[in-house]
Amino acid sequence: MATTGTPTNITQGSKTKGGIGESTLRPDGTLKVTGEFAYSSDMWHEDMLWGQTLRSTVAHAEIKSIDISEAVAMPGVYAVLTYDDLPTDVKNYGLEIQDTPVLAHGKVRHHGEPVALVAADHPETARRAAAKIKIEYVELPVITDEASATAPDAVLVHEGRDDHHIGHVPHPNIVHRQPIVRGNADEAAKRADVIVKGEYTFGMQDQAFLGPESGLAVPSEDGGVELYVATQWLHSDLKQIAPVLGLPEEKVRMTLSGVGGAFGGREDISMQIHACLLALRTGKPVKIVYNRFESFFGHVHRHPAKLYYEHGATKDGKLTHMKCKIVLDGGAYASASPAVVGNASSLSVGPYVIDDVDIEAIALYSNNPPCGAMRGFGAVQACFAYEAQMDKLAAKLGMDPVEFRQLNAMEQGTIMPTGQPVDSPAPVAELLRRVKARPLPPEQQWATAGEQADVRALPGGLSNTTHGEGVVRGVGYAVGIKNVGFSEGFDDYSTAKVRMEVINGEPVATVHTAMAEVGQGGVTVHAQIARTELGVTQVTIHPADTQVGSAGSTSASRQTYVTGGAVKNTCEHVREAVLEIGRRKFGSYHPAWATAELLLEGGKVVTDGGEVLADLVDVLEDEAVELELEWRHRPTEAFDLRTGQGNGHVQYSFAAHRAVVEVDTELGLVKVVELAVAQDVGKALNPLSVVGQIQGGTTQGLGVAVMEEIIVDPKTAKVRNPSFTDYLIPTILDTPTIPVDVLELADEHAPYGLRGIGEAPTLSSTPAVLAAIRNATGLELNRTPVRPEHLTGTESS
Amino acid sequence: MRVNFTVNGRKQEADDVWEGESLLYVLRERMGLPGSKNACEQGECGSCTVRLDGVPVCSCLVAAGQVEGREVVTVEGLADYAKHRDDAHPGGACASGACGTSVDAAQRWQAKPQDGRSAESGDLSPIQQAFIDAGAVQCGFCTPGLLVAADELLERNASPSDQDIREALSGNLCRCTGYEKILDAVRLAAARQEEAV
Ligand code: FES
Ligand code: FES
Repeated sequence: MATTGTPTNITQGSKTKGGIGESTLRPDGTLKVTGEFAYSSDMWHEDMLWGQTLRSTVAHAEIKSIDISEAVAMPGVYAVLTYDDLPTDVKNYGLEIQDTPVLAHGKVRHHGEPVALVAADHPETARRAAAKIKIEYVELPVITDEASATAPDAVLVHEGRDDHHIGHVPHPNIVHRQPIVRGNADEAAKRADVIVKGEYTFGMQDQAFLGPESGLAVPSEDGGVELYVATQWLHSDLKQIAPVLGLPEEKVRMTLSGVGGAFGGREDISMQIHACLLALRTGKPVKIVYNRFESFFGHVHRHPAKLYYEHGATKDGKLTHMKCKIVLDGGAYASASPAVVGNASSLSVGPYVIDDVDIEAIALYSNNPPCGAMRGFGAVQACFAYEAQMDKLAAKLGMDPVEFRQLNAMEQGTIMPTGQPVDSPAPVAELLRRVKARPLPPEQQWATAGEQADVRALPGGLSNTTHGEGVVRGVGYAVGIKNVGFSEGFDDYSTAKVRMEVINGEPVATVHTAMAEVGQGGVTVHAQIARTELGVTQVTIHPADTQVGSAGSTSASRQTYVTGGAVKNTCEHVREAVLEIGRRKFGSYHPAWATAELLLEGGKVVTDGGEVLADLVDVLEDEAVELELEWRHRPTEAFDLRTGQGNGHVQYSFAAHRAVVEVDTELGLVKVVELAVAQDVGKALNPLSVVGQIQGGTTQGLGVAVMEEIIVDPKTAKVRNPSFTDYLIPTILDTPTIPVDVLELADEHAPYGLRGIGEAPTLSSTPAVLAAIRNATGLELNRTPVRPEHLTGTESS
Repeated sequence: MRVNFTVNGRKQEADDVWEGESLLYVLRERMGLPGSKNACEQGECGSCTVRLDGVPVCSCLVAAGQVEGREVVTVEGLADYAKHRDDAHPGGACASGACGTSVDAAQRWQAKPQDGRSAESGDLSPIQQAFIDAGAVQCGFCTPGLLVAADELLERNASPSDQDIREALSGNLCRCTGYEKILDAVRLAAARQEEAV
């Protein structure tokens, strides 16, 4: 029953259901379980054509000629485009450096680079037509590692570079370089009783999101184009797409279609521009869907890395100094390499207190596949190396590896190597304590069942390679630190439009942002925030498109923080506007309208004492309140290019893992038995999704520890395993139980005290598994992924 | 060529099908049933899993011509399929999600041998509801295939052990969830249908 707002009507307000802190279910869940949710590859348009990309079969070559005549002549083919058909002078795009050609011109720089496009009436016709295009290549020597990239006579991957990093890199085949010098590592090394050095190799990992790159471009009547696509950041795509098409941004209207996972792999443009070009050329809607083979060429990967570390410690276990050099291979185009370098260097020390450091991180240009963003972004590679170093040090000192880490663990107030103080909780020692305190899973689960001994639980599983002989168990620990949000002075804002009105006698809020929901559950959380701030049950989440201001990227664990913050902020302003209407209408009935702190709860206006002043329905009647506002977190600053000093990061996130593995030492097979994790999330806005994110991230870390790697031939720079047959991601049989322990130590600077969560669990999962395998086998194992030949000593090369 | 087959209980006819087209392509692009997903089109990921005469198959590996005269059930028809199965084997008394088993309870639930039964469903089949309730859906791209496979498992084995679940779902990749919540969902559906008996 509606209250009238008169002072006689005093009842208790009730908390709105489905607000923050509850495990509310996904608003898109039902559509996703019934198969009705429209992913980008499900888009369909009457009369639509299928686009196909022709990609280079070699890694580095001059293009002598391209002959499209046979392809054009095929029945069913509507267009064949090459570099010459690009409509304007802008022919490249890129996230930071515009070095990536829409279609190769003159040269190809990596295996699988797009060279030509076809549109046809059946995908198979398009594929066959693409195969009929004849390209003459003159192959060039390939650059595949640091030595070949920086050799004095090295061929330049990009001649005539003029981007803003060129001035401070030692060689034009280096994209970006970030040193960090603090204290005096050489002096401090003299205090060390033990010094350990290590050389580590991190393989090229792929995001391997399941939903292939795909989308539909529809030409519009005003000469523009509408693009329905799966991406991580609509407005960043738009900025790169419009100039190449020669269109003003308003003529490229983008709508997010269903995204089947992203993990960084959709930060760069894939088929967006290609589909638009074909649509504009043919005047028909064009759909492009990559198959898995093409997907491996169609997006950037995680930077493979070489890491050289030196640490020292005193005999009572205090770290004295650290020196490191991190070489990331960025491949043929810059993509996000500069930012990955910034992260790798500034987080290379890990969550430890070391005052004297000498750090250098670089990213190479090479003819390997382009690398860019992937969950963990530069921090993953570093964590793999520094955690191996921690174990080495502990072993050398005869200390327990967890106690050694705890002794050196950073905490709130610690100064980062960049000079930045950590000004929110940093419960590193506590996270380690929690994973260590957890009871270990029972020994030999496959054997203890006696009669029912289950070979499925053994390394090798159903292939029945062992009955337990030669199987040894090991336990390993790791912890990591990841920055949240975009760093180094980036203007990292988001925008939210919120509308509140009465529909069918109920107050309803509509939240409209351009945030890409890639599976992380942002849409769930936005509704929860709106319910909490506006006291309504009914919240509609408007589809993400470019009709509203930018939300920034769904990456860097930032969306709940930044777009969540934007939704919260806009809701607060909407609430104020609603209360203003209330004051105008009912203010004279009750002094509390003017004097009390007022909230919206359970569809009512209530005082902070819980007294109900009015129903929202009566306040709003047929008025609607709508606001669109931008929101920013605290600003960050760039790192000094020589010293690496600067308040570069806005927030950190921490996770610790304990891995328990069983290894069949005869065949080199690893079974991860359990992978326990503890993580501080500041505030769990949706505990169910928080746990899901942590488990998912943990599994990706497990993948790169024991199986995932894009293998690039070092002689030809060709990709050898672009398929799910040969690039292995963990199945449900490879993935153990993942018990999750969630800590909530609020960060006073963040909305609701929350902390970005998506990436931290991918960091420590990998080194924990490696530590456990080392513990089981006694082997050194300095590369990831670990393959059977590394465990059995049968490696050929 | 022309292909006649039954999809989700309805007779369908597809014309001008090119011999190389897969069942997956015909379902998605000709029948307007994009629920079965195209993540690898190579038989490696299970996103395209459908039931062909009751048997779960990767529809990307089935040539369209092979389904002539046969019956296909996709995720779009899963709820109906589960309901009919239940009508044919009555006994399940609870509406999906209504019998009170929580995810926590399901995690403690122990598999025990029992004959196949399914809970009666409302608009969603019990396994669909359980995936939502357990938080097993993130991006959801793997979900349709997993649902078809998990539903078949529960039809065959109403009380699967964790190892049984892992084995049955080992052909379905999921990149987002880490699988733990998928296990929860299958345990939840199993526990609910057990409670309903
Ligand atoms: S799409 Fe059929 S198994 Fe992957
Ligand atoms: S939920 Fe994204 S692949 Fe499974």
